[in-house]
Amino acid sequence: MSVMDAVINYEDALAKYDPVLGLEVHVELNTRTKMFCGCINQFGGEPNTHTCPVCLGLPGSLPVVNEKAVESAIRIGLALNCRIAEWCRFARKNYFYPDVPKNYQISQYDEPIAYDGHVEVEVDGQTYQIEIERAHMEEDAGKSLHIGGATGRIQGAEYSAMDYNRAGTPLIEIVTKPIEGTGAKAPQVARAYVSMLRDLVKALDVSDARMEQGSLRCDANVSLRPIGQQAYGLRTETKNVNSLRSIERALTYEITRQAAILQTGERVHQETRHFHEENGTTSPGRSKEEAEDYRYFPEPDLVPVAPSREWVEQLRGTLPEPPAQRRKRLAAEWGFSELEMRDAVSAGAIDLIEATVAAGAPAQSARKWWMGELSRKANDSGVELESVGMTPAQVAQLQALVDDRTINDKLARQVIEHVLAGEGDPAEVVKNRGLAVVSDDGALSEAVDAAIAANPDVAEKIRSGKLQAAGALIGAVMKAMKGQADAGRVRELILEKLGA
Amino acid sequence: MSDIVHSSAAELAARIADREVTSVEVTQAHLDRIAAVEPAVHAFLHVDSERALAKAAEVDAKIGNGESVGPLAGVPLALKDVLTYSGAPTTCGSRILQDWVPPYDATVTKRLLAADIVILGKTNMDEFAMGSSTENSAFGPTHNPWDLDRIPGGSGGGSSASLAAFEAPLAIGTDTGGSIRQPAAVTGTVGVKPTYGGTSRYGLVALASSLDQPGPCARTVLDAALLHEVIAGYDPADSTSINAPVPPIVQAARSGDISGMRIGVVKEFAGEGYAPGVEHRFAEAVELLAGLGAEIVAVSCPNFRYAMPAYYLILPSEASSNLAKFDAMRYGLRVGDDGVASAEEVMAATREAGFGAEVKRRIMIGTYALSSGYYDAYYGQAQKVRTLIINDFARAYEQVDVLVSPTTPTTAFKIGEKVDDPLAMYLNDLCTIPSNLAGNASASFPVGLAPEDGLPVGLQVIAPPLADDRLYRVGAALERVLTEQWGGPLLSRVPDLGGPELEVVA
Repeated sequence: MSVMDAVINYEDALAKYDPVLGLEVHVELNTRTKMFCGCINQFGGEPNTHTCPVCLGLPGSLPVVNEKAVESAIRIGLALNCRIAEWCRFARKNYFYPDVPKNYQISQYDEPIAYDGHVEVEVDGQTYQIEIERAHMEEDAGKSLHIGGATGRIQGAEYSAMDYNRAGTPLIEIVTKPIEGTGAKAPQVARAYVSMLRDLVKALDVSDARMEQGSLRCDANVSLRPIGQQAYGLRTETKNVNSLRSIERALTYEITRQAAILQTGERVHQETRHFHEENGTTSPGRSKEEAEDYRYFPEPDLVPVAPSREWVEQLRGTLPEPPAQRRKRLAAEWGFSELEMRDAVSAGAIDLIEATVAAGAPAQSARKWWMGELSRKANDSGVELESVGMTPAQVAQLQALVDDRTINDKLARQVIEHVLAGEGDPAEVVKNRGLAVVSDDGALSEAVDAAIAANPDVAEKIRSGKLQAAGALIGAVMKAMKGQADAGRVRELILEKLGA
Repeated sequence: MSDIVHSSAAELAARIADREVTSVEVTQAHLDRIAAVEPAVHAFLHVDSERALAKAAEVDAKIGNGESVGPLAGVPLALKDVLTYSGAPTTCGSRILQDWVPPYDATVTKRLLAADIVILGKTNMDEFAMGSSTENSAFGPTHNPWDLDRIPGGSGGGSSASLAAFEAPLAIGTDTGGSIRQPAAVTGTVGVKPTYGGTSRYGLVALASSLDQPGPCARTVLDAALLHEVIAGYDPADSTSINAPVPPIVQAARSGDISGMRIGVVKEFAGEGYAPGVEHRFAEAVELLAGLGAEIVAVSCPNFRYAMPAYYLILPSEASSNLAKFDAMRYGLRVGDDGVASAEEVMAATREAGFGAEVKRRIMIGTYALSSGYYDAYYGQAQKVRTLIINDFARAYEQVDVLVSPTTPTTAFKIGEKVDDPLAMYLNDLCTIPSNLAGNASASFPVGLAPEDGLPVGLQVIAPPLADDRLYRVGAALERVLTEQWGGPLLSRVPDLGGPELEVVA
């Protein structure tokens, strides 16, 4: 698929070159209807069932702006500390492509609804300020399905089919100014920024922000310049970056690839590149050498958007707590150390922990499950933590089962396996699988007797006061009980029987 | 039958409501007339006899049941083929849409049907409304009933000719730079371009979105007002629609009182290029208006001279984008799809084969004008001119209530005379274009025949946005006094087009 590019070691690349980032994030809004028509705005569905004359661009049809989408755009703008335009227009971006029904996309050009903002992100205890150039409204395109080829891409396909369900979905495109001064942390800063945006739009309740479904998409621009040089280098724009982890990987790869090119004295091609999840590389997409002329002009079918200042201020009043402030508050409430909090943030676990605590679990227990076993599982299957397959309510229930000694930690891990396998809530799994610890002293007592009989020398040590030797006997009992015993109770029984 | 097709819409509606005649009879009379004169006139691209008669029968039943119906119930109408009417083809006079049957009704169409108006069919037009003669229709030109060798105006020549040929008492047109008013002028009929935003563009296949406006075409001022009222008013499906009450147009058309009205004569629209007969009839009409109590004021609108060049940048720019959707992917013509060609190749082949020369010319001009590096010099500059023209109008309205001018510099020219000279063709719209650029209300009313060629001359009235009623006041005043002078309607002098029912009335 992709020709192997030369890359150099990341540390070597950063020793010579300074990366400059530019991030374009598309957020699909979760409005009930589409941007310019009354069609339902919903992911999936039978192809071409969420369509009408307007989003199909049929001759004669006209767009009408979804006011809820404007409201969401303004709230996003305010949350990014942007200025909100008093008057702005939509513009047509003209280009021919079958998934664009009108062969122009209604977007905004030189008059975005929100502009000149800034946000802060934190990486390894250091704060980076990200300047926001603009946030503007636009409509999404349909989807091309390339059929008959091996790869599902247009190359080699026999024919293509169009699904316009997504056409007209409201999008907010958030564009940063060039991000400088991040050095070797560039990929992590990019990840932290997108992660922050994701948390932000979720907190605003304006988007599902599910990267794997494309409702939050990031185009990552990066260029390198020799350390000390002011002028920017030629940049690449990497698309198809569908997870937070991919953002970090794609940028790391691009930095090492571009550095290898620059090192030989060659020029980087200014182009769009595609990220490949399976091997962490990028390959060239459409070349931008023939710069496309989109012939933007103000959309004559729509009147300008002029949000009143009263409305804007009213919307400002609806903003949720800013993420950084919220984090500080939660850390205090939960009693998390700075390190614990930072790890939870970068794992995208804050909302999950908060929901788990809300469902009744102690904060540290919630943290333990999400950052431990569940993070491992998510990592193993290459999904975001929130998509791992267990809900905060289920985690809280699991912890409750541990707390009332129905199960122990080891059993809890087995319960997680079964919950992830789709066998229901932890309580159901415990019941159906018979995973509860055995608290029947009769059965335990027999097992303890057997363990003592089988390990006379260990028993003798305990009798003589070496209580730490009890561990070996406990282990033997637990093994015999297939783990379904309360280790604390086993210890009590052993010491009791040996008179220690 | 002759009395039916020569009646006004208002008369027909009254007779249908009084059950003197049925809508089915009226509709059938018009269908017969169409069958008789279409070979000569070619005003229609599609005649929808079956649905017209079914609708007529439905209206008759309603009236029979004593249900309340609208003031034009049961009256037939010809719809310009640029507005969607589900179930009937909408071609816009283009090969590229030859077989396209829209799945939805334009707002105008919906309102016509809801008012129990009978839609006879779709009328011929210049391809995508680009032209002033209907010669740019991919399906052949329409002929002017006054002289079959002459053009009926354009782009809405089918609608104006259908009225002058007595094929329909009412028609709908659309006006981007004069496409309602110029055809009205050269066929001796009435055509009104409402205030921009006064009638809905939803379902009007766009030529230039910021200029297009659907409007009424009729043989009398009252008929035009009645039809205007049916289609006017706010439409939430059109963002540019104005959410304000419709001005009292029917009342104005019935009154015709212009005493004390200040009428401005646009100085710039006279002199070189204006036919003597046009200037003569125009001057006569202005005299008449003065005699009816209006105050006549000469008004200068110096920036109108830039209207034409600005228009021919703004219109092609918007059109180049609006017409991009015709790409063979979803509907309409598809050329070159041999299973091997790429989508892009099929798009190119289809557009090459499907669009006519004038459409291609304007797409190219518009694409160029919007290109990066040229935008400011062309499109941007044209928009500034547009503002200057709006300012000229605003200044004029400080002095006067309405402006008047000839609708067109000349009477109908011969078919084929200007097809090879687009600039000469464009000059037809010299007087009508400023209203579109400014969004004004504007109309053309017949004021007689030019002495030198015996062809109709139109007078244009221009009123400020949302003052459409003033147009009808002036139109009705002129109509009353002129009809008396002429001893009957001007259209009674249209030559015999043949057909069995053509004994002369009046």
